[in-house]
Amino acid sequence: MNFNLKLQELKRFWEIYKSNKLGVIGLCIILFFILLSLLAPYIAPYDPDKTNPMEYLTPPNGKHWLGTNEVGQDLFSLNIYGARISLIVGFLAAGVAITIGVIVGLVSGYFGGWIDEILMRITDFFLVVPALVLMIIVAALLGPSLINVIIVIGVLSWSSTARIVRSMVLSIKEWPFVEAARAVGGGDFYIIFRHILPNTMPVVYANAALAISNAIFSQAALVFLGVGNVSDISWGSILHYAFASGALSIGAWWYFVPPGLFILLLIYGFILIGYSLEEILNPRLRRM
Amino acid sequence: MPGNPIELLFRSPRLTQEQINTLERAFGLDKPLYEQFIIYVVNSLQGNFGISFFYRVPVVNILIPRLINSIILVLPSTLLAIILGIVTGMIAAWKRGGKIDVSILVTAMGLYSLPTFWLGGLLILFSIYYLRLPIAGMTTYGMTYSNFFVYLSDVLMHYILPFITLTLVLYGEFTIIMRNSLIDVLTEDYIRTAKAKGVTTSRLLRMHALPNAMLPMMSIIAINIGLVVAGAVLTETVFSWPGIGRLIYDAILNRDYPILQGAFFVITVSVVIANLIADILYGYLDPRVKHE
Repeated sequence: MNFNLKLQELKRFWEIYKSNKLGVIGLCIILFFILLSLLAPYIAPYDPDKTNPMEYLTPPNGKHWLGTNEVGQDLFSLNIYGARISLIVGFLAAGVAITIGVIVGLVSGYFGGWIDEILMRITDFFLVVPALVLMIIVAALLGPSLINVIIVIGVLSWSSTARIVRSMVLSIKEWPFVEAARAVGGGDFYIIFRHILPNTMPVVYANAALAISNAIFSQAALVFLGVGNVSDISWGSILHYAFASGALSIGAWWYFVPPGLFILLLIYGFILIGYSLEEILNPRLRRM
Repeated sequence: MPGNPIELLFRSPRLTQEQINTLERAFGLDKPLYEQFIIYVVNSLQGNFGISFFYRVPVVNILIPRLINSIILVLPSTLLAIILGIVTGMIAAWKRGGKIDVSILVTAMGLYSLPTFWLGGLLILFSIYYLRLPIAGMTTYGMTYSNFFVYLSDVLMHYILPFITLTLVLYGEFTIIMRNSLIDVLTEDYIRTAKAKGVTTSRLLRMHALPNAMLPMMSIIAINIGLVVAGAVLTETVFSWPGIGRLIYDAILNRDYPILQGAFFVITVSVVIANLIADILYGYLDPRVKHE
């Protein structure tokens, strides 16, 4: 496809998206956190790894805006650097999940028959099994590392995407242009990727936003429970140490409240975007 | 599988090879894997999940009380969240586009985004500074009770915070799904027809819209009811509630495989049963499904 045409399409989409207030708010939240994580070295006033045994668990003050933790690290700097892992895991793990989900959905819906039967039974299993429990077990078995957490979350959260894509493929493949493509001799591979996939993309994008928010939550939860990598700086690991060191039970709110608030905000941003995309795609949901 | 249970169980470097062999025999770990697996399957089907590596008592003895504790916590909060979600979702859908709808929607999405463990921690902080409610466990440690009612009120005090946490976290999803599915139904042609016939608002909602809007809710409710026995890992961990979720978490840390297998077996069975019931109900609620 020609570049100008794509640009025009994007512009048209932005015109519609712009009018959705919730969606714009969500986009702003996410851009804010992306900027924050890119500019972290310039914004953070202290080296987040630097400990200071003289200042442990100090409440917020002029020098340390969000106070310090139990080893005297500056929490403001830690929280700013923490945005990075959440975004990385969010995008990569959701990428893995969406890729698997789209491929399973396409193959299942297009070919039907026993392939569909087998793939959908596997999908059903992942749909109903308690995902977080399975994630904890697999993550504990694989051992803590960033890449393992990404793989675990990605591989265990593709099922809803597969279901949605499959149901779309079932209707798309009956459309005349698919028949036309087949009539002029298009192969299965060509039809799936050139004609069916592009038509499922809008729904995939809406689903991707939800998948990212789910991945961010799962990563934070795994790290909080101590089965992720707690030595990387992330919001989840700050919460983990705040809880495990007992700082929470002695009431160190400045240690525990900010990282969770950031996780909440970032997830909220993606959910707002996902919902707005859904509203745009499904005119029935539009608020009149 | 990483982590040898024998090493974790007896953290003694002085264990002789002979003693290790005896222990491995006692737990059946010396047999080849496929044989261990067959023994496991046969025993599970008879309700025998083996002996916990960590607690050293039969898994069933630990599983059942934990299961009850989880159900006590998770079932009521799930039901409350479902009811609240249906009611507010209905209101939002009916007042679609208005201020009420937007505020319900925005709140529900906010609660849906809440990291469970963080909300739990917030309530703990709040309790430390203001509420003075117990923040860990199910009963006060080392307390003796003069009668059953004192015991019950102590449990109730411990119940409040995890109950609020779970209900709030579950509520958002139900509201959003209820709202969207009701809006979907309300834009159908037969609703317009009913309105044109002069059906009253309450009758329109009750007889025409709700039954159809409840269909997508049914499968979500079934999945959640099935998951009740899986407990709530995050909430139970934060509040040290002695349920299945906390048990699974501890079992992973202790490499207690028999407990993990037993817990997963129970979870799987109940999820399958809940979904089966939902499928059967679906046939009654939506006759179209039967014709396929």
